[in-house]
Amino acid sequence: MKVDPLRGGRPDAVPAQSRRRRLSAGGAGRDRLIRWAAPLLLLVAILCAWEFGIRPAGIAPYLVPTPVDLAKNLWEGFTDGTYVTQTWATLEEILLGAGIGAGTGIVLGVLIAWSRILDVAITPYAVALNALPKVAIAPFLVLTVGQGLASKVIITASIAFFPVLINVAGGLKSAAADEIMLMRSLNASRWQIFTKVQVPTALPQTFDGLAIAVTLAPIGAVVGEFVGATKGLGFYITLTTQLVRPAATFAMFVILIAMSLTLYSVVRLLGRRLVFWRHNALESDHSSSRMGGV
Amino acid sequence: MTATSSPVDTRALIEVRGLSKHYQTKDAGVVALTGVDLQIRRGEFVTIVGPSGCGKTTLLKLMGGLGGAYSGELHLEGTPVTAPRRDMGFMFQAPTLLAWRTVLANVLLPIEVAKLPKKKYLDRAHSLLELAGLKGFEHRYPFELSGGMQQRAALVRSLIADPAILLMDEPFGALDAMSRETMNVELMRIWQETKKTVVFVTHSIPEAVFLADRVVVMSPRPGRITDIVDVPLPRPRTVESMSEPAFAELSGNIRRQLNATGAID
Repeated sequence: MKVDPLRGGRPDAVPAQSRRRRLSAGGAGRDRLIRWAAPLLLLVAILCAWEFGIRPAGIAPYLVPTPVDLAKNLWEGFTDGTYVTQTWATLEEILLGAGIGAGTGIVLGVLIAWSRILDVAITPYAVALNALPKVAIAPFLVLTVGQGLASKVIITASIAFFPVLINVAGGLKSAAADEIMLMRSLNASRWQIFTKVQVPTALPQTFDGLAIAVTLAPIGAVVGEFVGATKGLGFYITLTTQLVRPAATFAMFVILIAMSLTLYSVVRLLGRRLVFWRHNALESDHSSSRMGGV
Repeated sequence: MTATSSPVDTRALIEVRGLSKHYQTKDAGVVALTGVDLQIRRGEFVTIVGPSGCGKTTLLKLMGGLGGAYSGELHLEGTPVTAPRRDMGFMFQAPTLLAWRTVLANVLLPIEVAKLPKKKYLDRAHSLLELAGLKGFEHRYPFELSGGMQQRAALVRSLIADPAILLMDEPFGALDAMSRETMNVELMRIWQETKKTVVFVTHSIPEAVFLADRVVVMSPRPGRITDIVDVPLPRPRTVESMSEPAFAELSGNIRRQLNATGAID
């Protein structure tokens, strides 16, 4: 349920623990160097093999570009402004879609956690909506809503909302029984229990949901553009594939990767700032079982 | 009550008569407490000792208004207990500090929940934290504190609103033996300085005797009071009090009683 798609399970527990081990071994600097250098060296090796290997291997230039072609293409695309336009078009769809989807997810998640009746009433339909592959509604949406921004925003939002909904509701419901009992012993109102205990408890999981949402959101935008659009990275992938310009197609892939990673990192960074107690709490066994089970 | 029964102690702060509590599980009804009679005077330190399942925590929660419905009489200053009251402070087995709040913010939580002016309680918070040996840790977060320090912060939190009654449910049960002893001595000191009425649940006989004016001995299946033992040991008590013959005799008596009712686990 709370899967972190880019980093796998328990994303923060491992660095927290290994950091301690490293410090005690006194090799913090060397370890950091290895962490940067090892993947970088691997990348250089792959790029070299790609650059000098694919033509002798018989892969034609109209199928796959070399890294140098790709880099040139990226440079030209951004300097003449073409890629800025395409990137911004897709980014706008993603931000609006993920924003609306996450907002809806938060509101519905709060309602579900607040009221048992609303939970029972809403949840089956949320699950059913999620069961529908959003790709399936793309042609219909483009036809009815049009080739513009709106159809992509709707598809993206419909993808982004579910992980947020599930994680917000789950997080709010996961407040510790003894913390709620403490609040009851203080004669706290339901609203006070909600704001002072449930909401802070739900924050880590909410950010897990948001991180999943922003990594899934580009799928909605790109698929929407495949079906019908006049601009955007997805639109440009279709166009350049038909025109047999592999360097430009691959450039779109690179931009999409960079964009997704950036969005994900921003959400994770915000989460770490706001949920400062969670990573530290992992160090003390008191709360790790409740807070660390990502 | 008939006219021939013993006269009601007018100074009793907590008045329990014929108190019973039943749970309904899926298959059967469980009698958690039956026929409990207990009067607790103002300023008294009462410990409740007994094995798991004897209903001691249930009794404490009922006194605090957290136990739900009950039968029998349960009065606090003459008023039936129905919900938690602001003049009571609770302390649980776990520190239950909120991880996202500093020590000071945790300590002020009861004030915040009661919508009292926090500024007025700041001085009190600081002096209580000092009393509990937490001076300098006001702006630390719970994860930066040891288990014992967390529990001391929880103690300060239960004292902040100056409740007349402290209800403590095995508050030091999760600590190691050394910290537990230290906490008991500190609790004694704080109790003598603040003159609270304390009801303290434990399953440790020495702890029960060391702290108490009176020890309430309970037995399980069904949960009931089997004896109430006066502890005439002089105060202030120190760790050395535990090695006195009177201490050993009282502890031995209680242990034998628990054995006799087959209550020792």
